[in-house]
Amino acid sequence: MKISTKTSDRLFDIFNTIFMLFIVVLMLYPFLNTLAVSLNNATDSIKGGIYLWPRIFTLKNYESVFENELLLTAFVNSVARTVLSTVGGLFMCSMAGYVVSRKEFIANKFVTIYFLMTMYVSAGLIPTYFLFRDLGLINNWWVYVVPGLFGAFNVIVIRTYMQGLPDSLVEAARIDGAGEFRTYIQIVLPICKPVLATVGLWMAVGNWNDWFTSYIFASARKELTVLQYELMKVLGSAMAAMGNRQSGALAAQGAQAFDNISPIAIRATITIVAAVPILCVYPFLQRYFVQGVHIGSVKG
Amino acid sequence: MQKRKLGQTIIRQRELFFMIIPVMVYVFIFSYLPLKGWAMAFQQYRPQRDVQQWVGFDQFTFLFKDAAFFRVMRNTLGMSTINLVLGFTTAIFLALMINEIRRKNFKRIVQTISYMPHFLSWVIAAALISDFLSSRGILNTILVNLGIVETPIIFLADKNAFWWIFGWGNVWKSVGWNTIIYLAAITSIDPELYESAELDGAGRFARMWHITLPGIKSTILVLIIMNMGWILNAGFEVQMLLGNDLTIDTSETIDLFVIRYGINLRNYSLATAMGMFKTVTSIILLTAANFASKRFAKESLV
Repeated sequence: MKISTKTSDRLFDIFNTIFMLFIVVLMLYPFLNTLAVSLNNATDSIKGGIYLWPRIFTLKNYESVFENELLLTAFVNSVARTVLSTVGGLFMCSMAGYVVSRKEFIANKFVTIYFLMTMYVSAGLIPTYFLFRDLGLINNWWVYVVPGLFGAFNVIVIRTYMQGLPDSLVEAARIDGAGEFRTYIQIVLPICKPVLATVGLWMAVGNWNDWFTSYIFASARKELTVLQYELMKVLGSAMAAMGNRQSGALAAQGAQAFDNISPIAIRATITIVAAVPILCVYPFLQRYFVQGVHIGSVKG
Repeated sequence: MQKRKLGQTIIRQRELFFMIIPVMVYVFIFSYLPLKGWAMAFQQYRPQRDVQQWVGFDQFTFLFKDAAFFRVMRNTLGMSTINLVLGFTTAIFLALMINEIRRKNFKRIVQTISYMPHFLSWVIAAALISDFLSSRGILNTILVNLGIVETPIIFLADKNAFWWIFGWGNVWKSVGWNTIIYLAAITSIDPELYESAELDGAGRFARMWHITLPGIKSTILVLIIMNMGWILNAGFEVQMLLGNDLTIDTSETIDLFVIRYGINLRNYSLATAMGMFKTVTSIILLTAANFASKRFAKESLV
């Protein structure tokens, strides 16, 4: 009996290891395949049959991408909006979080509900479009930064973290004669680094990955494009081949920029360029992300 | 007397007010002010002439009689349900299996890799998925070489396949990430339970089934209830990026309908009515889900 339990245990471990390897392959293969295509000769890629390794190695695709002015602009825009939105968003959300974390604040409950409501009540795309139009944000670079600084969930996560800090910290600052704003900047923010890292990363990833803002609000001006939107346009050309109603025009735009190399290669290369910054960062900052899920699930 | 006290408190806390009021104004502008646009749902708004004519509930009656509305609802609910069922079962299963990995380093590597797709944008994910499913993609290569099919299947052109592409695409992107919450719940299970079960001769499967799974049952149920509140949120990204004219019948969701009518066809009133319908229904569903999960949490504590 004992032996058979052990054998079945071993069998289980073997099965589980194989299963996990399968999962790893499934997660990584699409990415590695695209990497191989991006490093393969563009005309050769059309023939297909490239799996994990380039058949005719070349860096030409990357050269074309980085020589393309539109894509360089897109890259700069992506970086700039990500940095500005993250810094601005962290400032706004942490300041709001600080105020609602103060138990003695009399409008505490009202403000919290006022913020939480925004998670459920959304006016929808069309009213938002009209608001942006009235504010002059349509086809304006600032549409990437100005509207998206606040997030109720982020405020709650930061507030929860701040509530866990010892009261004596703020009291000590008070005795030293520090006002609320100074206490927030000089005392509370520095010790909130872990939660700020978590929330900041969410914001950064969200901004870097956003293509929809460009598609809806900034598509009329080419120089306002971002990397993800360029990729979306190129992806559109593949879908257009199947007869997509919307992407037809976009695909024409996307293909126009690169008549010298095949769309397969360009698509693969842009995919890698758009993915690599995040892939380089996330394994090292993983614990902050995971931490955030935990804080969020406690109070969310 | 009371009033003076309140006034004094406000004056004493003025600095907190100075800090919060700008944020509240900002939230008012970007989250509450757009609600006035809902008026468009009760008008026939013609942007060319800027004519606003009140029509009452006409937009809604038109919407509810439109065949497109039912198609869109069916697609939204269908994809949400597939997503819910597939998403939960795969994440729970993967969490249970990851929990059984003995070597710590291997476990960490598997976890890190499984989180990867979560961080990629849907545009990238859609590009990867469409390559994976293409006629020369790996899936077709395997199917053809194993002799399961004779000629490659063009999955993305098959309207009956779209919901499943959506469902499994979502699984690929978020299954790893979704295990985090279950793995956290598993760590709070009393290790003595496992020890005594082992003494009783329970194998690995038996322990998973009788200890781990019941141990995270309440987490699972609360998450399912909460997710049901979001059932009208099947999204638009996958549908827009992977959908095409051949699959429009099964890929168009509420959000996509709003984009198509509002942005592309400029029928602002109808699109707003649809958006409003979605928000109002969602609030009702979420309130119900919130209530149910609170009640459930209370009961499970007793």
